[in-house]
Amino acid sequence: MPRARVLIRPKEGILDPQGKAVERALPALGFEGIEHVHVGRMVELEAEDPERLAELCEKLLANPLIEDYEIQTL
Amino acid sequence: MIWGVLQFPGSCDERDALHACSLLGEARLVWHEERDLRGVDAVVVPGGFSYGDYLRAGAIARFSPAMEGVAELAAAGAPVLGICNGFQVLCEAGLLPGALLLNESMRFLCRQLDLIGDGDERLSIPAKHGEGRYYAPEEVLDGLEANGQVAYRYAPGQNPNGSARDIAGVRNEAGNVVGLMPHPEHAVDPLTGSTDGLRVFEAVAAAGARA
Repeated sequence: MPRARVLIRPKEGILDPQGKAVERALPALGFEGIEHVHVGRMVELEAEDPERLAELCEKLLANPLIEDYEIQTL
Repeated sequence: MIWGVLQFPGSCDERDALHACSLLGEARLVWHEERDLRGVDAVVVPGGFSYGDYLRAGAIARFSPAMEGVAELAAAGAPVLGICNGFQVLCEAGLLPGALLLNESMRFLCRQLDLIGDGDERLSIPAKHGEGRYYAPEEVLDGLEANGQVAYRYAPGQNPNGSARDIAGVRNEAGNVVGLMPHPEHAVDPLTGSTDGLRVFEAVAAAGARA
């Protein structure tokens, strides 16, 4: 069955405290010069009909009000 | 009035909600697989961690058979109250506008707070949640304020989670569907310090009668 990967991330402009926390932790670990960290989710799946994945993302995998998604067919 | 209190796998506040409803009328639990809610006049979608809150809080619960019944009741003007996880479920189901995001502090919080309701009514009610930061796009927030759809705000200086415009709870346009993050069902007996929560249940019941 065709495999796909869906990347889901917080929409631009919406406060992402997880990303902020990771970003703030980096200098203490010696990682300088890293910014705009955002934390999202990745869903891997196999789909008989990859054409329907966008609908799946809109209805369940992502909340389009607060998240953007990107479908990668593998 | 017969209240139905939904119970999903992972709900944890349904017993207190059932108790609160039983102070106002008859009340029974509605298992999430029940599709037919005939005979129920009002619904509470309680707090907890429905279906483990996997993916996003409330994202999976909205597809349960019982939620189809709730959507029908809501459309018919019946009172529907979503509390905490129930508020998240109603937002995910599109029965209420907006979404609830991770608290700004990233910490689970549990504390007694003051809410301001309609007509500057002040209520002392506990809140306990990790994902309670109310969010909606600016134009939606403007619309909610213009239409009187902000049901409850955190009292000035008490916004615990970074919610937009101090919003603790909202209602739909018709007014019969209300969701809030704090827990009125935990504030119905003097034993726990406040009985203000009953006023939330009463207000929702009355709003349903008007819708």
